[in-house]
Amino acid sequence: MSVLTPARTSGQSARSRDNFSAWANRHRKWLFAAPAMIFVGLLIVFPLAWTLYLSLTDSQGSVRAASDFVGFENYLTVLTDTERFWPAVGRTVSFTLVALVCEVVLGMCIALLLWRPFRGEKWVRVAILLPLVATPVAVGMMWRLIFDPNIGFANQLLGLVGIPPQPWLSGQDSALPTTIFMDVWQWTPMVVLILLAGLTSLSEEPDEAARMDGANAFQRFFFVTLPLMMPTVIVAILLRGIDALKTFDILYATKGKGGGSFHEVETLNVYAYGLSFDYNQYGLSSAVLILFFMIIIGSMWLLTMRKKAVSK
Amino acid sequence: MTLMTESQTSAGQRRGTARRRKPLRSSGYKVFRVIALVAVVLFLIAPLFWMLLASFKTNVDIYDAGKSFLFTPTAENYANVLQRNNYFVFIFNSFWVAFVSTALSLVLGVPAAYAMSRFTMHRSALVVLMARVIPGVSLLVPWYYVFSNLKMVGGFEVLILSHMFVALPLIVYIMMSYFDSLPVELEESAQVDGLTPIGAFRHITLPLSVAGMATAGILAFIFSWNNFMFALVLSGSKTKTLPVAIFDFVSYASIDWGGLMAAATVVTIPIMIIALFTQKYIVSGLTAGATKG
Repeated sequence: MSVLTPARTSGQSARSRDNFSAWANRHRKWLFAAPAMIFVGLLIVFPLAWTLYLSLTDSQGSVRAASDFVGFENYLTVLTDTERFWPAVGRTVSFTLVALVCEVVLGMCIALLLWRPFRGEKWVRVAILLPLVATPVAVGMMWRLIFDPNIGFANQLLGLVGIPPQPWLSGQDSALPTTIFMDVWQWTPMVVLILLAGLTSLSEEPDEAARMDGANAFQRFFFVTLPLMMPTVIVAILLRGIDALKTFDILYATKGKGGGSFHEVETLNVYAYGLSFDYNQYGLSSAVLILFFMIIIGSMWLLTMRKKAVSK
Repeated sequence: MTLMTESQTSAGQRRGTARRRKPLRSSGYKVFRVIALVAVVLFLIAPLFWMLLASFKTNVDIYDAGKSFLFTPTAENYANVLQRNNYFVFIFNSFWVAFVSTALSLVLGVPAAYAMSRFTMHRSALVVLMARVIPGVSLLVPWYYVFSNLKMVGGFEVLILSHMFVALPLIVYIMMSYFDSLPVELEESAQVDGLTPIGAFRHITLPLSVAGMATAGILAFIFSWNNFMFALVLSGSKTKTLPVAIFDFVSYASIDWGGLMAAATVVTIPIMIIALFTQKYIVSGLTAGATKG
């Protein structure tokens, strides 16, 4: 690897510059990668280690206050807590699963609709982009007005077809499904974009061959297109799933602290946030977070394994 | 490789093949498709339109079902929000935090993504991408402790740092898949012509990556602008960003719906305008790496 600098002035300074340049070029791999990795490392590794430590103490009130080492007591408390923790796990899982299923099925349908070019394509694409970039907190406020039981447009619309008004966000049983609906509205477009990118990169031949063999549209989709799309579908599930598990903004914006007065929409993330910043129970919240983190890593690992299996 | 070029050309000729195929499709499907597309567009746009309408209504009109669509528009809500509640400050804060954190993340992230792509540093990339997976709350308690000891909570620095945490992984992720698709041969021939490896990166690769950096930068800006949780904990009265300002809007007793919708419109409109003009970049950024096998 020869090092040629354009300016070939003789002398000490030029040589040391050459030396530095040669050194920089030799070590460019880490020279380039290190700053970003150190930045992220400092901001992750240290806080994560601290969270792990806090989860083993009875820290509360203020992180500065003295705390005692209590071993796995927090984990025991959390894992036997059927009032807040397990319902929160249930809500997190059902929120994520229902939202994901709706988003992937709807997203696939919309992506198929958009697959072949048509007139006005540009406008549909704009419509798809808008919910995606809208600020989640603002979106939460927008749905709060639309789903308001007394003045909301949702109940007006139901009134037109003769359905009695629904409590939506203020109902104990309907709050979580309503927030899932909001998530589906905002994030289905994301799934559409990913699946559409997958569809357009598919080769046409398999589809063509199936058509020649007389397969109808449904057969071609389920036996040709869908299997070929599986890796992309799993990527979409992976990307969306991570964010869905961690949903916070719309839940906190629509129901506030503790996921509403009956904790209707309290997912793990909302629960942990509340424990940390509304109740200052740092030891307990750290235990919840570590468990939450394990759930996220676990489901990601499962999906990655699945992806490797279908890619083969 | 052959397969890829094939699929690319077929994508290029898609318009042609589709036209040739049209007679095969029944007219029933065509009608169904138009209706379905209209329904999709309505479903996605109507709520936003409703928010926009309400932001121009007085609170009396919002409570009147008969005035859903026919009402005398008023700009009073906007005047209220922008002047009385001083939203210009929050707009500036949001913009400044998003802009600086995006710029700094590009400076750190682009070379890192380059190294990770060219030297296939998968494990190092995983470290950076962990930042996308980890729940933000688990970082906030230690951050809050450290930064409040350093007397930094409520300042711009800590907000920018926390938003870089959102922007950087995104930029690394997008730029890595961009560099993966950029042929190494260009750099190699530049090195044969006498450039150092770093010189080749600076004079050949970087100029070719402007589109990728625009993609990554725009998306990072949007994600930072929209971020709520970090600012909720780490911002002070002087550095409050728009999402937090909107959230605070409802913590008072009764909700001023008109004002709230005006505030929600104020926060979403700038980002939507950016999105409309940079549509192509946003789509390629969001789908980056999604179709790799």
